[in-house]
Amino acid sequence: MNQPLLEIKGVSFSYGPIQALDDLHLHVDHGEIVALLGANGAGKTTLLKNIAGLLQSDSGQVLYRNRNIERMEAEKIVQNKLILVPEHRQVFGTMSVLDNLSLGAYHHYKKTGKKEVAREIDKVFALFPILEERKEQLAGTLSGGQQQMLAIARAIMAKPDLLLLDEPSLGLAPLIVKEVLNYVKQLRDELGVTILLIEQNVSAALKIADRGYVMSHGSIVKEGRADDLLHNPEVKEVFLGHTVG
Amino acid sequence: MADSVQFLISGLTIGSIYAIVALGFVTIYSVTKVINLAQGEFVMLGGMIMFSLLKLGIPYLIAFLTTIAIVIMIGWLLERTIVRKAKGADALSLIILTIGAAIFIRGIASMVWGKGSVKVDSFASNEPVYVMGATITPQSIWVMVFMLAIVAGLFLLIEKTMLGKAFRACSVNPVAARLMAVSPKKMSSFSFALSAGLGALAGLVIAPIIFPAYDMGVMLGIKGFSATILGGLGSAPGAVLGGLLLGVIESLGAGFISSGMKDAIAFGFVLMLLLIRPYGLLGEKNVGKGGL
Repeated sequence: MNQPLLEIKGVSFSYGPIQALDDLHLHVDHGEIVALLGANGAGKTTLLKNIAGLLQSDSGQVLYRNRNIERMEAEKIVQNKLILVPEHRQVFGTMSVLDNLSLGAYHHYKKTGKKEVAREIDKVFALFPILEERKEQLAGTLSGGQQQMLAIARAIMAKPDLLLLDEPSLGLAPLIVKEVLNYVKQLRDELGVTILLIEQNVSAALKIADRGYVMSHGSIVKEGRADDLLHNPEVKEVFLGHTVG
Repeated sequence: MADSVQFLISGLTIGSIYAIVALGFVTIYSVTKVINLAQGEFVMLGGMIMFSLLKLGIPYLIAFLTTIAIVIMIGWLLERTIVRKAKGADALSLIILTIGAAIFIRGIASMVWGKGSVKVDSFASNEPVYVMGATITPQSIWVMVFMLAIVAGLFLLIEKTMLGKAFRACSVNPVAARLMAVSPKKMSSFSFALSAGLGALAGLVIAPIIFPAYDMGVMLGIKGFSATILGGLGSAPGAVLGGLLLGVIESLGAGFISSGMKDAIAFGFVLMLLLIRPYGLLGEKNVGKGGL
Protein backbone atom coordinates (compact mmCIF):
# COMPACT_ATOMS: atom_id res chain seq x y z
CA MET A 1 0.00 0.00 0.00
CA ASN A 2 1.31 3.49 -0.92
CA GLN A 3 2.22 5.77 1.97
CA PRO A 4 0.42 9.13 1.97
CA LEU A 5 2.60 12.14 1.11
CA LEU A 6 1.43 13.88 4.29
CA GLU A 7 -0.07 12.32 7.38
CA ILE A 8 -1.14 14.19 10.51
CA LYS A 9 -1.35 11.91 13.52
CA GLY A 10 -3.02 13.12 16.71
CA VAL A 11 -1.76 16.69 16.57
CA SER A 12 -2.86 18.99 19.41
CA PHE A 13 -1.97 22.63 19.92
CA SER A 14 -3.23 25.33 22.24
CA TYR A 15 -2.84 29.10 22.43
CA GLY A 16 -2.73 29.35 26.24
CA PRO A 17 -6.10 28.10 27.49
CA ILE A 18 -7.61 27.95 23.97
CA GLN A 19 -7.37 24.51 22.33
CA ALA A 20 -6.77 25.29 18.62
CA LEU A 21 -6.02 21.71 17.45
CA ASP A 22 -7.36 18.71 19.32
CA ASP A 23 -6.02 15.23 18.47
CA LEU A 24 -6.32 15.93 14.76
CA HIS A 25 -5.83 13.23 12.12
CA LEU A 26 -5.76 13.61 8.33
CA HIS A 27 -3.77 12.52 5.32
CA VAL A 28 -3.01 13.75 1.80
CA ASP A 29 -2.04 11.28 -0.93
CA HIS A 30 0.34 11.97 -3.82
CA GLY A 31 -1.28 14.01 -6.61
CA GLU A 32 -4.43 14.89 -4.68
CA ILE A 33 -6.17 18.19 -4.10
CA VAL A 34 -7.59 18.06 -0.59
CA ALA A 35 -9.88 20.82 0.71
CA LEU A 36 -9.87 21.68 4.39
CA LEU A 37 -13.14 23.34 5.34
CA GLY A 38 -14.44 24.89 8.49
CA ALA A 39 -15.75 28.05 10.07
CA ASN A 40 -13.44 30.87 11.19
CA GLY A 41 -11.55 29.80 14.29
CA ALA A 42 -11.85 26.06 13.52
CA GLY A 43 -8.04 25.77 13.54
CA LYS A 44 -7.34 25.46 9.80
CA THR A 45 -4.66 28.15 9.57
CA THR A 46 -3.05 26.92 12.79
CA LEU A 47 -2.79 23.45 11.27
CA LEU A 48 -1.12 24.75 8.08
CA LYS A 49 1.32 26.83 10.15
CA ASN A 50 2.09 23.74 12.19
CA ILE A 51 2.75 21.63 9.08
CA ALA A 52 4.96 24.39 7.60
CA GLY A 53 7.06 24.64 10.77
CA LEU A 54 5.91 28.10 11.89
CA LEU A 55 4.23 26.63 15.01
CA GLN A 56 5.23 23.59 17.00
CA SER A 57 2.40 21.43 18.29
CA ASP A 58 2.02 20.27 21.90
CA SER A 59 1.76 16.63 20.84
CA GLY A 60 1.31 14.42 17.79
CA GLN A 61 3.22 13.80 14.58
CA VAL A 62 3.44 15.46 11.17
CA LEU A 63 4.70 12.79 8.79
CA TYR A 64 5.88 14.06 5.40
CA ARG A 65 7.16 11.35 3.07
CA ASN A 66 6.91 9.11 6.13
CA ARG A 67 9.35 11.28 8.12
CA ASN A 68 8.33 13.21 11.22
CA ILE A 69 8.93 16.92 10.50
CA GLU A 70 7.20 18.16 13.64
CA ARG A 71 10.37 19.69 15.16
CA MET A 72 11.92 20.77 11.86
CA GLU A 73 12.48 24.51 11.26
CA ALA A 74 10.35 26.21 8.59
CA GLU A 75 13.40 26.92 6.42
CA LYS A 76 14.37 23.22 6.37
CA ILE A 77 10.81 22.17 5.56
CA VAL A 78 10.89 24.41 2.48
CA GLN A 79 14.08 22.67 1.38
CA ASN A 80 12.06 19.44 1.47
CA LYS A 81 9.68 20.97 -1.08
CA LEU A 82 6.75 21.49 1.26
CA ILE A 83 5.66 25.07 0.66
CA LEU A 84 3.03 27.21 2.39
CA VAL A 85 1.33 30.10 0.60
CA PRO A 86 0.17 31.97 3.70
CA GLU A 87 -3.03 33.82 4.41
CA HIS A 88 -3.16 37.38 2.98
CA ARG A 89 -0.55 36.42 0.26
CA GLN A 90 2.35 38.11 2.12
CA VAL A 91 4.25 39.06 -1.00
CA PHE A 92 7.28 41.31 -0.47
CA GLY A 93 5.46 44.56 -1.25
CA THR A 94 8.49 46.84 -1.66
CA MET A 95 10.23 44.42 -4.03
CA SER A 96 9.53 43.87 -7.73
CA VAL A 97 7.52 40.93 -9.08
CA LEU A 98 10.74 39.53 -10.55
CA ASP A 99 12.60 39.75 -7.22
CA ASN A 100 9.68 38.06 -5.44
CA LEU A 101 9.81 35.20 -7.95
CA SER A 102 13.60 34.89 -7.69
CA LEU A 103 13.28 34.51 -3.93
CA GLY A 104 11.04 31.51 -4.47
CA ALA A 105 14.13 29.77 -5.86
CA TYR A 106 16.28 30.77 -2.87
CA HIS A 107 16.69 27.27 -1.47
CA HIS A 108 17.87 25.71 -4.74
CA TYR A 109 19.45 28.50 -6.79
CA LYS A 110 23.00 27.55 -5.76
CA LYS A 111 22.46 24.02 -7.10
CA THR A 112 20.43 24.89 -10.17
CA GLY A 113 22.23 28.09 -11.17
CA LYS A 114 21.04 31.48 -12.40
CA LYS A 115 20.16 30.30 -15.91
CA GLU A 116 17.90 27.57 -14.58
CA VAL A 117 16.18 30.07 -12.27
CA ALA A 118 15.59 32.35 -15.28
CA ARG A 119 14.09 29.37 -17.19
CA GLU A 120 11.85 28.56 -14.20
CA ILE A 121 10.66 32.18 -14.15
CA ASP A 122 9.81 31.92 -17.87
CA LYS A 123 7.77 28.77 -17.17
CA VAL A 124 5.91 30.57 -14.38
CA PHE A 125 5.24 33.50 -16.73
CA ALA A 126 3.74 31.06 -19.24
CA LEU A 127 1.34 29.96 -16.50
CA PHE A 128 0.61 33.50 -15.25
CA PRO A 129 1.09 35.86 -18.24
CA ILE A 130 -0.12 38.90 -16.28
CA LEU A 131 2.94 38.60 -14.02
CA GLU A 132 5.26 38.90 -17.02
CA GLU A 133 3.54 42.15 -18.00
CA ARG A 134 4.06 43.44 -14.46
CA LYS A 135 7.48 41.94 -13.78
CA GLU A 136 9.23 45.25 -12.97
CA GLN A 137 6.32 46.54 -10.88
CA LEU A 138 6.50 46.58 -7.06
CA ALA A 139 4.49 43.65 -5.71
CA GLY A 140 2.64 45.88 -3.27
CA THR A 141 1.12 47.86 -6.15
CA LEU A 142 -0.51 44.79 -7.79
CA SER A 143 -4.22 44.12 -7.39
CA GLY A 144 -5.36 41.53 -4.83
CA GLY A 145 -5.86 38.85 -7.49
CA GLN A 146 -2.46 39.53 -9.06
CA GLN A 147 -0.80 39.42 -5.64
CA GLN A 148 -2.42 36.04 -5.04
CA MET A 149 -1.13 34.78 -8.39
CA LEU A 150 2.32 36.10 -7.47
CA ALA A 151 2.20 34.34 -4.10
CA ILE A 152 1.32 31.05 -5.81
CA ALA A 153 3.87 31.63 -8.59
CA ARG A 154 6.57 32.38 -5.99
CA ALA A 155 5.73 29.11 -4.27
CA ILE A 156 5.99 27.24 -7.60
CA MET A 157 9.51 28.66 -8.01
CA ALA A 158 10.40 26.63 -4.90
CA LYS A 159 9.50 23.46 -6.90
CA PRO A 160 6.97 22.13 -4.38
CA ASP A 161 5.88 18.53 -4.09
CA LEU A 162 3.22 19.59 -1.58
CA LEU A 163 1.64 23.03 -1.64
CA LEU A 164 -0.37 24.34 1.30
CA LEU A 165 -2.72 27.13 0.26
CA ASP A 166 -4.32 29.23 2.97
CA GLU A 167 -7.47 30.90 1.66
CA PRO A 168 -6.26 31.94 -1.79
CA SER A 169 -9.61 33.57 -2.57
CA LEU A 170 -9.68 35.80 0.51
CA GLY A 171 -10.80 39.32 -0.42
CA LEU A 172 -11.05 38.59 -4.17
CA ALA A 173 -14.00 39.29 -6.52
CA PRO A 174 -16.00 36.13 -7.46
CA LEU A 175 -14.70 36.11 -11.05
CA ILE A 176 -11.10 36.32 -9.85
CA VAL A 177 -11.73 33.54 -7.30
CA LYS A 178 -12.73 31.22 -10.12
CA GLU A 179 -9.62 32.19 -12.07
CA VAL A 180 -7.30 31.63 -9.10
CA LEU A 181 -8.83 28.25 -8.27
CA ASN A 182 -8.54 27.21 -11.92
CA TYR A 183 -4.82 27.96 -11.66
CA VAL A 184 -4.68 25.80 -8.52
CA LYS A 185 -6.22 22.88 -10.43
CA GLN A 186 -3.82 23.49 -13.30
CA LEU A 187 -0.87 23.16 -10.89
CA ARG A 188 -1.96 19.66 -9.97
CA ASP A 189 -3.00 18.61 -13.49
CA GLU A 190 0.02 20.02 -15.36
CA LEU A 191 2.83 20.09 -12.78
CA GLY A 192 1.72 17.18 -10.59
CA VAL A 193 1.81 19.25 -7.40
CA THR A 194 -0.13 17.81 -4.46
CA ILE A 195 -2.31 20.45 -2.78
CA LEU A 196 -3.87 20.93 0.64
CA LEU A 197 -6.24 23.86 0.35
CA ILE A 198 -8.07 25.94 2.94
CA GLU A 199 -10.91 27.84 1.36
CA GLN A 200 -13.89 29.83 2.64
CA ASN A 201 -15.55 29.47 -0.75
CA VAL A 202 -16.57 25.88 0.01
CA SER A 203 -18.50 25.23 -3.16
CA ALA A 204 -15.65 26.43 -5.42
CA ALA A 205 -13.05 24.52 -3.38
CA LEU A 206 -14.96 21.23 -3.46
CA LYS A 207 -15.45 21.56 -7.21
CA ILE A 208 -11.67 21.36 -7.82
CA ALA A 209 -10.82 19.03 -4.89
CA ASP A 210 -10.67 15.22 -4.84
CA ARG A 211 -11.39 14.89 -1.14
CA GLY A 212 -12.29 17.14 1.74
CA TYR A 213 -12.17 17.39 5.51
CA VAL A 214 -14.48 19.48 7.66
CA MET A 215 -12.92 20.93 10.81
CA SER A 216 -14.64 22.21 13.91
CA HIS A 217 -13.07 23.26 17.21
CA GLY A 218 -9.67 21.87 16.23
CA SER A 219 -10.85 18.39 15.16
CA ILE A 220 -11.97 16.71 11.96
CA VAL A 221 -15.74 16.19 12.18
CA LYS A 222 -16.41 14.97 8.66
CA GLU A 223 -14.40 13.68 5.73
CA GLY A 224 -15.12 12.23 2.32
CA ARG A 225 -14.92 12.57 -1.42
CA ALA A 226 -15.41 16.15 -2.61
CA ASP A 227 -18.54 15.26 -4.59
CA ASP A 228 -20.11 13.60 -1.56
CA LEU A 229 -19.32 16.55 0.69
CA LEU A 230 -20.68 18.98 -1.87
CA HIS A 231 -24.02 17.16 -1.75
CA ASN A 232 -23.96 16.33 1.95
CA PRO A 233 -27.00 17.93 3.63
CA GLU A 234 -25.06 18.88 6.76
CA VAL A 235 -22.23 20.51 4.80
CA LYS A 236 -24.79 22.27 2.61
CA GLU A 237 -26.62 23.50 5.68
CA VAL A 238 -23.57 24.81 7.49
CA PHE A 239 -21.43 26.15 4.64
CA LEU A 240 -23.49 26.50 1.52
CA GLY A 241 -27.08 27.21 2.56
CA HIS A 242 -29.66 25.29 0.55
CA THR A 243 -29.08 26.96 -2.77
CA VAL A 244 -26.39 24.69 -4.20
CA GLY A 245 -27.68 21.38 -5.45
CA MET B 1 36.68 81.40 -1.38
CA ALA B 2 39.67 79.16 -0.61
CA ASP B 3 38.48 78.90 2.99
CA SER B 4 35.01 77.86 1.91
CA VAL B 5 36.40 75.15 -0.35
CA GLN B 6 38.71 73.99 2.43
CA PHE B 7 35.83 73.74 4.92
CA LEU B 8 33.66 71.99 2.36
CA ILE B 9 36.31 69.37 1.65
CA SER B 10 36.95 68.81 5.37
CA GLY B 11 33.20 68.48 5.84
CA LEU B 12 32.85 65.97 3.03
CA THR B 13 35.75 63.96 4.44
CA ILE B 14 34.35 63.62 7.97
CA GLY B 15 30.83 63.43 6.50
CA SER B 16 31.90 60.38 4.48
CA ILE B 17 32.87 58.68 7.74
CA TYR B 18 29.54 59.60 9.32
CA ALA B 19 27.82 58.23 6.22
CA ILE B 20 29.64 54.87 6.48
CA VAL B 21 28.80 54.63 10.20
CA ALA B 22 25.19 55.56 9.41
CA LEU B 23 25.04 52.83 6.74
CA GLY B 24 26.11 50.40 9.46
CA PHE B 25 23.18 51.51 11.63
CA VAL B 26 20.75 51.11 8.69
CA THR B 27 22.12 47.69 7.74
CA ILE B 28 21.40 46.26 11.19
CA TYR B 29 18.17 48.15 11.74
CA SER B 30 16.68 47.00 8.43
CA VAL B 31 16.75 43.33 9.31
CA THR B 32 16.70 43.20 13.11
CA LYS B 33 15.01 46.51 14.04
CA VAL B 34 17.86 46.88 16.56
CA ILE B 35 19.62 50.24 16.89
CA ASN B 36 23.16 49.12 17.55
CA LEU B 37 24.81 51.79 19.66
CA ALA B 38 28.07 49.82 19.61
CA GLN B 39 28.50 50.85 15.95
CA GLY B 40 31.08 53.51 16.82
CA GLU B 41 33.16 50.86 18.63
CA PHE B 42 33.55 48.95 15.34
CA VAL B 43 35.14 52.10 13.87
CA MET B 44 37.45 52.42 16.88
CA LEU B 45 38.44 48.75 16.64
CA GLY B 46 39.23 49.22 12.94
CA GLY B 47 41.77 51.91 13.73
CA MET B 48 43.25 50.35 16.87
CA ILE B 49 43.63 46.80 15.54
CA MET B 50 45.30 48.18 12.42
CA PHE B 51 47.73 50.09 14.64
CA SER B 52 48.65 46.89 16.55
CA LEU B 53 49.06 44.77 13.43
CA LEU B 54 51.30 47.37 11.77
CA LYS B 55 53.33 47.58 14.98
CA LEU B 56 53.88 43.82 14.73
CA GLY B 57 55.46 44.44 11.34
CA ILE B 58 52.68 42.90 9.28
CA PRO B 59 52.55 44.32 5.72
CA TYR B 60 49.98 47.11 5.24
CA LEU B 61 47.58 45.28 2.92
CA ILE B 62 47.56 42.08 5.00
CA ALA B 63 47.06 44.11 8.19
CA PHE B 64 44.23 45.99 6.49
CA LEU B 65 42.39 42.81 5.44
CA THR B 66 43.07 41.06 8.76
CA THR B 67 41.65 44.04 10.66
CA ILE B 68 38.42 43.87 8.65
CA ALA B 69 38.17 40.10 9.24
CA ILE B 70 38.71 40.47 13.01
CA VAL B 71 36.12 43.25 13.37
CA ILE B 72 33.62 41.28 11.26
CA MET B 73 34.13 38.36 13.64
CA ILE B 74 33.53 40.66 16.65
CA GLY B 75 30.31 41.96 15.04
CA TRP B 76 29.14 38.42 14.37
CA LEU B 77 29.94 37.41 17.97
CA LEU B 78 28.04 40.44 19.30
CA GLU B 79 24.93 39.25 17.47
CA ARG B 80 25.32 35.62 18.49
CA THR B 81 26.12 36.24 22.15
CA ILE B 82 23.98 39.23 23.06
CA VAL B 83 21.34 40.19 20.52
CA ARG B 84 20.17 36.68 19.66
CA LYS B 85 20.03 35.62 23.30
CA ALA B 86 17.70 38.54 23.96
CA LYS B 87 15.26 37.37 21.27
CA GLY B 88 11.82 38.81 21.90
CA ALA B 89 13.11 41.65 24.10
CA ASP B 90 11.63 45.08 23.38
CA ALA B 91 13.51 47.71 21.39
CA LEU B 92 14.58 49.71 24.45
CA SER B 93 16.11 46.64 26.15
CA LEU B 94 18.03 45.81 22.98
CA ILE B 95 19.37 49.37 22.73
CA ILE B 96 20.51 49.19 26.35
CA LEU B 97 22.19 45.85 25.61
CA THR B 98 24.14 47.39 22.73
CA ILE B 99 25.15 50.32 24.98
CA GLY B 100 26.43 47.73 27.46
CA ALA B 101 28.34 46.00 24.69
CA ALA B 102 29.86 49.33 23.63
CA ILE B 103 31.01 50.08 27.20
CA PHE B 104 32.48 46.56 27.45
CA ILE B 105 34.37 46.88 24.15
CA ARG B 106 35.65 50.33 25.13
CA GLY B 107 36.80 48.99 28.50
CA ILE B 108 38.73 46.17 26.88
CA ALA B 109 40.21 48.62 24.36
CA SER B 110 41.45 50.94 27.13
CA MET B 111 43.15 47.97 28.82
CA VAL B 112 44.79 46.77 25.59
CA TRP B 113 45.79 50.11 24.02
CA GLY B 114 45.77 52.47 27.00
CA LYS B 115 44.08 55.88 27.19
CA GLY B 116 46.34 57.74 24.76
CA SER B 117 46.04 58.26 21.02
CA VAL B 118 47.97 56.18 18.53
CA LYS B 119 49.27 56.96 15.05
CA VAL B 120 48.47 54.89 11.98
CA ASP B 121 50.35 55.43 8.72
CA SER B 122 48.56 56.78 5.65
CA PHE B 123 47.68 54.47 2.75
CA ALA B 124 50.17 56.19 0.47
CA SER B 125 51.99 59.51 0.15
CA ASN B 126 51.24 62.45 2.44
CA GLU B 127 51.91 64.96 -0.32
CA PRO B 128 48.85 67.28 -0.38
CA VAL B 129 46.95 68.25 -3.49
CA TYR B 130 45.84 71.85 -4.06
CA VAL B 131 42.38 72.58 -5.49
CA MET B 132 41.03 76.14 -5.82
CA GLY B 133 43.35 77.31 -3.09
CA ALA B 134 42.35 74.54 -0.70
CA THR B 135 44.69 71.82 0.53
CA ILE B 136 43.54 68.23 0.28
CA THR B 137 45.50 65.38 1.84
CA PRO B 138 45.57 62.16 -0.17
CA GLN B 139 44.01 60.36 2.80
CA SER B 140 40.96 62.67 2.58
CA ILE B 141 40.57 61.62 -1.03
CA TRP B 142 40.84 57.97 0.06
CA VAL B 143 38.08 58.53 2.63
CA MET B 144 35.72 59.86 -0.04
CA VAL B 145 36.70 57.16 -2.54
CA PHE B 146 36.04 54.47 0.09
CA MET B 147 32.66 55.96 0.90
CA LEU B 148 31.67 55.94 -2.78
CA ALA B 149 33.00 52.38 -3.21
CA ILE B 150 31.06 51.22 -0.14
CA VAL B 151 27.84 52.81 -1.42
CA ALA B 152 28.32 51.18 -4.84
CA GLY B 153 29.24 47.82 -3.30
CA LEU B 154 26.26 47.86 -0.96
CA PHE B 155 23.94 48.80 -3.82
CA LEU B 156 25.19 45.89 -5.93
CA LEU B 157 25.01 43.48 -2.99
CA ILE B 158 21.50 44.45 -1.94
CA GLU B 159 19.90 45.01 -5.34
CA LYS B 160 21.64 42.54 -7.62
CA THR B 161 22.47 39.42 -5.62
CA MET B 162 20.21 36.68 -4.26
CA LEU B 163 21.76 37.26 -0.83
CA GLY B 164 20.74 40.91 -1.04
CA LYS B 165 17.22 39.96 -2.07
CA ALA B 166 17.00 37.57 0.88
CA PHE B 167 18.28 40.37 3.11
CA ARG B 168 15.58 42.74 1.86
CA ALA B 169 12.92 40.03 2.16
CA CYS B 170 13.77 39.61 5.85
CA SER B 171 13.56 43.35 6.28
CA VAL B 172 10.09 43.50 4.66
CA ASN B 173 8.48 40.34 6.07
CA PRO B 174 10.57 37.86 8.09
CA VAL B 175 7.80 35.25 8.33
CA ALA B 176 7.22 35.19 4.57
CA ALA B 177 11.01 35.08 4.13
CA ARG B 178 11.17 31.91 6.26
CA LEU B 179 8.62 30.36 3.92
CA MET B 180 11.14 30.94 1.10
CA ALA B 181 13.85 29.14 3.15
CA VAL B 182 15.52 32.45 4.08
CA SER B 183 16.63 32.31 7.70
CA PRO B 184 16.08 35.63 9.55
CA LYS B 185 18.59 34.41 12.17
CA LYS B 186 21.32 34.02 9.56
CA MET B 187 20.40 37.38 8.03
CA SER B 188 20.62 38.96 11.47
CA SER B 189 24.15 37.56 11.91
CA PHE B 190 25.00 38.70 8.39
CA SER B 191 23.73 42.23 9.10
CA PHE B 192 25.93 42.53 12.21
CA ALA B 193 28.96 41.12 10.37
CA LEU B 194 28.41 43.43 7.39
CA SER B 195 27.87 46.41 9.64
CA ALA B 196 31.02 45.62 11.63
CA GLY B 197 32.92 45.35 8.34
CA LEU B 198 31.66 48.80 7.33
CA GLY B 199 32.67 50.18 10.72
CA ALA B 200 36.13 48.64 10.37
CA LEU B 201 36.56 50.19 6.93
CA ALA B 202 35.56 53.59 8.30
CA GLY B 203 38.07 53.17 11.15
CA LEU B 204 40.85 52.07 8.81
CA VAL B 205 40.42 54.89 6.39
CA ILE B 206 40.03 57.66 9.00
CA ALA B 207 42.76 56.41 11.37
CA PRO B 208 45.67 58.16 9.59
CA ILE B 209 43.81 61.49 9.84
CA ILE B 210 42.47 61.53 13.41
CA PHE B 211 44.93 59.66 15.66
CA PRO B 212 42.56 56.97 17.01
CA ALA B 213 42.01 56.34 20.72
CA TYR B 214 39.99 53.82 22.72
CA ASP B 215 37.07 56.27 23.15
CA MET B 216 36.83 57.65 19.61
CA GLY B 217 33.80 55.45 18.93
CA VAL B 218 31.57 57.39 21.31
CA MET B 219 31.33 60.60 19.31
CA LEU B 220 31.53 58.83 15.94
CA GLY B 221 28.67 56.57 17.02
CA ILE B 222 26.54 59.52 18.12
CA LYS B 223 27.29 61.44 14.91
CA GLY B 224 26.63 58.37 12.78
CA PHE B 225 23.35 57.79 14.57
CA SER B 226 22.42 61.47 14.14
CA ALA B 227 23.16 61.12 10.42
CA THR B 228 20.92 58.04 10.31
CA ILE B 229 18.06 59.93 11.96
CA LEU B 230 18.69 63.00 9.83
CA GLY B 231 18.49 60.92 6.64
CA GLY B 232 15.51 58.90 7.88
CA LEU B 233 15.88 55.76 10.00
CA GLY B 234 15.96 52.75 7.71
CA SER B 235 16.90 54.61 4.51
CA ALA B 236 20.35 53.84 3.05
CA PRO B 237 20.40 56.83 0.65
CA GLY B 238 19.18 58.93 3.59
CA ALA B 239 22.10 57.70 5.70
CA VAL B 240 24.61 58.83 3.07
CA LEU B 241 22.89 62.18 2.57
CA GLY B 242 22.54 62.68 6.34
CA GLY B 243 26.21 61.84 6.94
CA LEU B 244 27.53 64.20 4.29
CA LEU B 245 25.19 67.01 5.34
CA LEU B 246 26.12 66.64 9.00
CA GLY B 247 29.85 66.66 8.15
CA VAL B 248 29.56 69.76 5.98
CA ILE B 249 27.41 71.70 8.52
CA GLU B 250 29.85 70.78 11.27
CA SER B 251 32.86 71.87 9.24
CA LEU B 252 31.31 75.13 8.04
CA GLY B 253 30.18 75.85 11.61
CA ALA B 254 33.67 75.20 12.95
CA GLY B 255 35.27 77.31 10.22
CA PHE B 256 32.98 80.31 10.12
CA ILE B 257 31.61 80.46 13.67
CA SER B 258 33.73 78.62 16.23
CA SER B 259 35.51 75.27 16.30
CA GLY B 260 34.43 74.87 19.93
CA MET B 261 30.80 75.12 18.82
CA LYS B 262 31.01 72.61 15.96
CA ASP B 263 29.14 69.80 17.76
CA ALA B 264 26.48 72.18 19.07
CA ILE B 265 25.96 73.54 15.56
CA ALA B 266 25.73 70.05 14.02
CA PHE B 267 23.31 68.69 16.62
CA GLY B 268 21.33 71.94 16.63
CA PHE B 269 20.85 71.55 12.88
CA VAL B 270 19.66 67.94 13.32
CA LEU B 271 17.18 69.03 16.00
CA MET B 272 15.82 71.87 13.87
CA LEU B 273 15.37 69.64 10.87
CA LEU B 274 13.66 66.93 12.89
CA LEU B 275 11.21 69.49 14.25
CA ILE B 276 10.18 70.25 10.67
CA ARG B 277 10.49 66.69 9.34
CA PRO B 278 10.37 64.19 12.23
CA TYR B 279 10.92 61.17 9.96
CA GLY B 280 14.11 62.61 8.43
CA LEU B 281 15.04 63.73 4.94
CA LEU B 282 14.32 60.50 3.05
CA GLY B 283 12.58 58.46 5.75
CA GLU B 284 9.08 57.08 5.56
CA LYS B 285 6.44 58.32 7.94
CA ASN B 286 6.13 54.79 9.31
CA VAL B 287 9.76 54.22 10.33
CA GLY B 288 8.94 50.74 11.61
CA LYS B 289 8.89 49.53 8.01
CA GLY B 290 12.65 49.76 7.59
CA GLY B 291 14.17 48.51 4.35
CA LEU B 292 17.47 49.21 2.61
